[in-house]
Amino acid sequence: MALAEGVLQLIEDAAREQDFARVSAVWLEIGQLSGVEVEAMKFCFDAVTRDSIAAGATLEIIAVPGTGWCMACARTVPMAEVFGACPQCGGYQMQVTGGTEMRVKELEVA
Amino acid sequence: MCTTCGCGAGEVKIDGENADHEHEHVHADGTRHSHDHAHEGDHGHEHSHTHEHRYAPAHSHAPGMGARRMVQIEQDILAKNNAYAKQNRERLAERGIFTLNLVSSPGSGKTTLLCKTIEMLRGKASVSVIEGDQQTSQDAERIRATGAPAIQINTGKGCHLDAHMVGHAMEKLDLPEDSLLMVENVGNLVCPAAFDLGEAHKVVILSVTEGEDKPIKYPDMFRAATLMLLNKCDLLPYLSFKVDAAIEFARRVNPDIQVIQVSATTGQGMDEWLAWIEVGARDTAAKKLATVDALKRRVAELEAQLGAR
Ligand SMILES: Nc1nc2c(ncn2[C@@H]2O[C@H](COP(=O)(O)OP(=O)(O)O)[C@@H](O)[C@H]2O)c(=O)[nH]1
Ligand SMILES: [Mg+2]
Ligand SMILES: [Zn+2]
Ligand SMILES: [Zn+2]
Ligand SMILES: [Zn+2]
Ligand SMILES: [Zn+2]
Ligand SMILES: [Zn+2]
Ligand SMILES: [Zn+2]
Repeated sequence: MALAEGVLQLIEDAAREQDFARVSAVWLEIGQLSGVEVEAMKFCFDAVTRDSIAAGATLEIIAVPGTGWCMACARTVPMAEVFGACPQCGGYQMQVTGGTEMRVKELEVA
Repeated sequence: MCTTCGCGAGEVKIDGENADHEHEHVHADGTRHSHDHAHEGDHGHEHSHTHEHRYAPAHSHAPGMGARRMVQIEQDILAKNNAYAKQNRERLAERGIFTLNLVSSPGSGKTTLLCKTIEMLRGKASVSVIEGDQQTSQDAERIRATGAPAIQINTGKGCHLDAHMVGHAMEKLDLPEDSLLMVENVGNLVCPAAFDLGEAHKVVILSVTEGEDKPIKYPDMFRAATLMLLNKCDLLPYLSFKVDAAIEFARRVNPDIQVIQVSATTGQGMDEWLAWIEVGARDTAAKKLATVDALKRRVAELEAQLGAR
């Protein structure tokens, strides 16, 4: 819920700065390793925006794949889970390098 | 994340006082207005923000959609919290205050550990505490009973502390230079991971009465933490808890995590924990001095330049 509230705050700030009164669509970039559950986010977003300028707006989620740096292989490899093993060597000496983002990318407004 | 726990805004209390603000609302029809909510305490920090609007405004009407256009935002959802966290961190650095954010499930022993830590540091270091809890102020009372100053933040339905609340609590505490600040977060291993409070480190507490696999069930939190305190180790002889397995799971999500085994009740392992705190506190004070020295040199340089004119 706090994340959906964060999205609404960013939208309201933008409305004040860029002078729009209605939002019809919102694009979020959500990393595969961010821990955000997309279905829960959609549900919370609808609840939180009900009486706001973004009421009824469609929420589009752009999924960003997870990547990590394997220390053993010394290279960047895909990661499906934060605690996942390296797909090359099966080791767990992994540092997450991408896929943790939770960003409001753009809005369709009127 | 905090997407399933149903936390709400607008009910936050700091030592029993409301912590809302004057803020502007943009209504569904585009009308704007500001209003004040009960708000105690001076605003030492700058902020302008909106909150969620919880009632349908009387003057709303359904406007037709005019010309549509795209607006680029490209901002992190947590940007606001992160801006407050940055302010807190700068303030703490200026005063040489070493700050830890203690996170765990309810009942892992955060408050007990804090009380023991304060007792053991008595006469050596000054400790202030910010306590987060949804409803009660028992934990702050337990801390005050040790003689340390404590502020209670009640988050209401909110399931985590955020950097804005903590900034206000810091103002109320009047923190001494080169001291320690301990923040006990709301008992929750989910969203506190995402909310930076301006601390030097998150310290996650796992007690041996919980499952060894908690680190992989709550990977975000164990990844965000610098140190894991394995608490209630006095109970190990009576349990089948596998310490090695717990550490292995924690390292799997965070290869760099440090681990100290403690018992807040018997004091076992506490010396190692206190030594860890001391290193951090010394670093923080040294960095402050370095910054102050750099500033003094800069002032001296400027004065020399002015004098040379
Ligand atoms: N046996 C044992 N019990 C502990 C220890 N630390 C805390 N407890 C107990 O665990 C319960 C919860 O502790 P508390 O500090 O309130 O946990 P919090 O919710 O994380 O703040 C209390 O009954 C404590 O007495 C410990 O090291 N050993
Ligand atoms: Mg407690
Ligand atoms: Zn590998
Ligand atoms: Zn929540
Ligand atoms: Zn209003
Ligand atoms: Zn404020
Ligand atoms: Zn309001
Ligand atoms: Zn929360």
